[in-house]
Amino acid sequence: MPNPVLRVENLTKRYGDVEAVRGISFSVEEGEVFGLLGPNGAGKTTTIEILEGLRNADSGTVSVCGFDPQRNPDELKREIGAALQSTALPDKLRVMEALKLFASFYKRRRNPEDLLKRFGLEEKRNAFYSQLSGGQKQRLALAIALVNDPKVIFLDEPTAGLDPQVRREIYDVIEELRSDKKTIVLTTHYIEEAERLCDRVAIVDHGKVIVQGTPRELKQSSADKTRIEVRLAREEADEKLKLLEGVSDCRSLNGVYVLHCLRPPQAIVSLVKYLEAQNNELVGLEIATPSLEDVFIELTGRRLRD
Amino acid sequence: MTNLLTLTRMRVQLALRNKMFFFFSIVMPMGFFFLYSGVFAKGEPRVVAYLLGPVLALNVMGSFWGLSATLVMFREQGILRRFHVTPATATDMLVSSILANYVLTIPTIAVELFFARVIFHVPNLGNLTSLFMLVSIGTVSFGSLGLVIASITNTMQETQVLNQLLWLPLIFLSGATIPFTSLSKTVQQIALFLPATYLVHGLKNGIVNGFGPEKVLLPLGSLGVWFLLTLFLSSQLFRWEPEAKIGRRAKLLVAATAIPFVLLGLWEARYGRVVAEEQVTMQRVENSDKSDQPEKPKESPQSTDPSKLNNSKQHQ
Repeated sequence: MPNPVLRVENLTKRYGDVEAVRGISFSVEEGEVFGLLGPNGAGKTTTIEILEGLRNADSGTVSVCGFDPQRNPDELKREIGAALQSTALPDKLRVMEALKLFASFYKRRRNPEDLLKRFGLEEKRNAFYSQLSGGQKQRLALAIALVNDPKVIFLDEPTAGLDPQVRREIYDVIEELRSDKKTIVLTTHYIEEAERLCDRVAIVDHGKVIVQGTPRELKQSSADKTRIEVRLAREEADEKLKLLEGVSDCRSLNGVYVLHCLRPPQAIVSLVKYLEAQNNELVGLEIATPSLEDVFIELTGRRLRD
Repeated sequence: MTNLLTLTRMRVQLALRNKMFFFFSIVMPMGFFFLYSGVFAKGEPRVVAYLLGPVLALNVMGSFWGLSATLVMFREQGILRRFHVTPATATDMLVSSILANYVLTIPTIAVELFFARVIFHVPNLGNLTSLFMLVSIGTVSFGSLGLVIASITNTMQETQVLNQLLWLPLIFLSGATIPFTSLSKTVQQIALFLPATYLVHGLKNGIVNGFGPEKVLLPLGSLGVWFLLTLFLSSQLFRWEPEAKIGRRAKLLVAATAIPFVLLGLWEARYGRVVAEEQVTMQRVENSDKSDQPEKPKESPQSTDPSKLNNSKQHQ
């Protein structure tokens, strides 16, 4: 990569006996939205908090905007913006006061009025933090992350715990930042978020990056492009279904048979014929184009939110 | 510097919007003031003046409650970690809370002094320079004690238990509630190891005896050293993260905050200067009580009993 603004190599971190991060490496280019996608406890937050200078790594090299977060935390903190997970502001702090307070910590700063407008918080300028809804709190967190016009923005699970409507609202805001060519590193366990917002994604599991690339690349690399999920009247052996024409693999998950197929029409025809011969019946059928979830299942054998 | 000022302003604003602050920092100290002056002193100006030291000391010492609880709450709610990703430093967080507490405490003290003069006709507030210096150094040093408490406790419950454990001896053994001279010899010896005793003692000397700063150097100096020590320790033990727990070694390190007053207590136990001065001050108030009629409240304490004044000088 020509000029990465952020580079992580062989990062490790353990908490007592737990190895939270076990050799993570990736790099992010300027103007890119990079996502760390993985289940809870995969080591995403630990990684991002090491990059922000909140935690020290056990080993590995990290460079953010040319600074090592462990050695030059003060210089680093001037250059980055962050919306953390599990954080809050004082209940009785007003929206505008919060923006001005955080802006006062930096030499390079954006006009709080503009941020207020941009994040749709004008009407809430005098509201206490405790009076804001979940979505408004998150918008304020994003606005505060931008007060110093940062070179890199870190968003740790920016939509966790928000209802779908509000989540889409936050997506719009992040998409705007993306069109402004902001460099963003975000963590998420929502497939939709990673697919919609990220230029590149690293899928993280058990403290390791198991695969990375653009969402399109990842989905294409998933060899069996289409998935047919069927429910049957009677049980069938996975092994038998796997041998049908057009089917490359079959796994049953909670009574649903997931057929991975390169040629879906052939697969359906051969499946129906086979079931007729076995005196079995098709109860339900769904065809799904591959998603990052499939990539994750294929690589780990588990669902993302298990 | 800007960080410090904006953080201090935030803390003042937040306190003024907090009902708990109003109760603990304004209603309660004022309640104590009227209880001591109106009920215990029966409005007798000279006794009010004698009790003004303890009243102000209670107000000043209360600083550690608010500061420890707020800092622990900020840590537990993840508010501190939000500041951790900004250029604001631990020192900014700590010093701003001390400054905000100072800015909020001084007006209450001023109002109490004003009421003492106007409502209870205390003829003379003694040496105002000493009074101001003692209140100032007391407020910042007890505030700083609160920051150490916040850094050695892991949860709000622990904080409140420790606050209670410290508060009771500080108010009952220091002369802030029970007059020092009424304490038994043994309890007096224990009291000499408490910072609160020196604060109450200094304030009484400043108000009743009109001692200038040069004569209250012992409380000023010991509280000053204690302030620097507690502030240094709290900056060393500062934790941004709610889940960061304090180690046992760090807890031992905190024992160092007791050093100035352990040394002072041992020294005082040997030379007994504070005990002697307390007795003289008490005698002065008792004597002037008998000689002064309530109708003549305007006489200054210096002019009432020259023999006792000499007496007190001999004891220094």
